[in-house]
Amino acid sequence: MNTRNTKVMNRFDVTSRLIAKLKHQEAVVGGIGNTNFDLWAAGHRPQNFYMLGSMGLAFPIALGVALAQPDRRVFALEGDGSLLMQLGALSTIAALKPNNLIMIVMDNGIYQITGAQPTPAANVADIVAIATGSGLANSTWAADEEDFERLVDEAMSASGPSLIAVRIDDKPGVGATRRDPVQIRERFMHGLGVRQPL
Amino acid sequence: MAIAEQQTPPQVAQGSSDKSWHGIVLQTLKRNEISLIPYVPDRVLTPLIKNLHADPYFTTFATAREEEAVGIVSGAWMGGRKAAVLMQTSGFATLANVLASLAVPYQIPLIMFVSERGTLGEFNYGQSLVCRTMRPVLDSLALEHHTITRLDELEFIADRSIKQAVTTQAPVALILNPLLTGGKTFDK
Repeated sequence: MNTRNTKVMNRFDVTSRLIAKLKHQEAVVGGIGNTNFDLWAAGHRPQNFYMLGSMGLAFPIALGVALAQPDRRVFALEGDGSLLMQLGALSTIAALKPNNLIMIVMDNGIYQITGAQPTPAANVADIVAIATGSGLANSTWAADEEDFERLVDEAMSASGPSLIAVRIDDKPGVGATRRDPVQIRERFMHGLGVRQPL
Repeated sequence: MAIAEQQTPPQVAQGSSDKSWHGIVLQTLKRNEISLIPYVPDRVLTPLIKNLHADPYFTTFATAREEEAVGIVSGAWMGGRKAAVLMQTSGFATLANVLASLAVPYQIPLIMFVSERGTLGEFNYGQSLVCRTMRPVLDSLALEHHTITRLDELEFIADRSIKQAVTTQAPVALILNPLLTGGKTFDK
């Protein structure tokens, strides 16, 4: 699908729409930078995990959660620049076919947080075509906000992994995640029912 | 070694393979309920990888990069499933960022088995150089690591190190030296 047919949306708005749909303690992994800042700003949930580094690993981390808890839906929010760092992960996920993993790519074609430099892919590559070519057949551009919500609903009952790409504007993230990695990890494990607080 | 014998699992040994280095690693993983094994392949690790694939207890699969495998293991740990990564020395050399920004600060018991190349008969100059970066990186983050050279010490070191990683919530690197595995030589 050609990205020119898609509306330019806003990361925080799209993230908030996703969070509003989650009713079953679904896990959400937010990638480095703006994707987890907006996840934080959309309202902290015990099932949220926020990355403070390791650019490009939102999908692999979410894959690990999905393999550990096959009965829980796991969402991952990743930026286009981050995804470019770890394109091989798409094939790993395609090969394993976890039916509870839903990947969302926020694509603005820039490294917004470092000064809005264009990514090498910005004007030449199509994220959905890359994902499809990597073996993720259920990969789609969201045409607008309503279409995004419809695609999330579809993905929730899909029989394989789904990838939804969203064209977004150049706005920075709305919030700023508290950078406390041990507490982030511990709260996430509580939220997933792996541990109880002391 | 007496302690190793006491900890021998009740499963019937599969021929002589259980006394091989890779048989001991497989049984030690199983005994510690480590069931998810992402890896980037290595010639020396081949018998271990093959036997892990053949054993339905394990979910064993290749990843495109080692740091991807570290991400998967970290997610699995937080979701309540224990995992370990298999890689070669040159793969470890790609991990400094993910160790320093994910495994260490988030306190993930990342269990790494590293097949050591670059020493004791290395024939590729680049491999010998990259090998020299491994221990300084581990030491710079004060990470626990052991170089395993003897078959009779393998089970003790691996079993104790895995348990320590889990209980102290800290990464560990178990470096499988050519003295243990035979390594890779020019004529192979």
